Amino acid sequence: MKVGVKILPRKEVLDSQGRTVTKTLQSNKFSVSDCKVGKYLEIEVDAKTEQEALDEVKKMAEFVLYNPLTESYNLEVL
Amino acid sequence: MKKVGVVRFLGTNCDRDIWQACETKGYQPEWLWHEDNFDINNYEAVIIPGGFSYGDYLRCGAMAAKSPVMKSVVEFAESGKPVLGICNGFQILCEVGLLPGALVRNTKGMFVDKWIELKTENPCEHWGASVKESKLPIAHGEGRFHIEPDQLEKIKKSGQIWLTYKENPNGSVEDIAGVLNENKNVAGLMPHPERAMFDWMGGNDGFSFF
Repeated sequence: MKVGVKILPRKEVLDSQGRTVTKTLQSNKFSVSDCKVGKYLEIEVDAKTEQEALDEVKKMAEFVLYNPLTESYNLEVL
Repeated sequence: MKKVGVVRFLGTNCDRDIWQACETKGYQPEWLWHEDNFDINNYEAVIIPGGFSYGDYLRCGAMAAKSPVMKSVVEFAESGKPVLGICNGFQILCEVGLLPGALVRNTKGMFVDKWIELKTENPCEHWGASVKESKLPIAHGEGRFHIEPDQLEKIKKSGQIWLTYKENPNGSVEDIAGVLNENKNVAGLMPHPERAMFDWMGGNDGFSFF
């Protein structure tokens, strides 16, 4: 089973990459008020149910994939 | 005296070296700021130095390619005048579509910083026309040249492969270190000739590239 992990910088943390992309889009006449840049991971796990897969990937996320001080994450079964 | 435009982005860090290289060769360098357009008639050549433009965010060179100065560089290149992109400058020229292919993360995932031997496959009349072999420093994390097979065939046939590594340091397709556009007036390479101008720098093979 495949689980997607979306990791984005927390709003309290300055996202310099997102800010740079925002400015580039704005200066090329796109109407953008904000943009965040994060990471997306697709993880293939051996699991019998969706819940089992999500639980397993949640453990991985908390183990190493994200830093709770600076980032937040979301999981989705693909 | 040859007037050379040297492009500066936020994050460019080889600009002074290029300036120095131009002066050493007796050219008259002039800064080109990333937020400005320039009059293409004012310059005889344009160099895009290495560095980490816009912090390498998104992809190397992606945002620099969309900056105002690059609109002028494209116009300049399309008029047939010589453009050289070194390292990050090469990445920017690929992103803006003046050169074929793209540069992606090195196979081993490591930043490589060393001297490397190069072979000239097809000489570029504007930059180092007489150089057959050279030894230059490389310093990059994303220097693996990538190109689709059909495009590779095309650039091979049209003599657009400029330089190759004798020992591939990053996993580049066919050991490619530098390429040319179809017109042969735009050139890009990952190694840094501006860091090899004199013997005291560790080698002087870069001198002949400017």
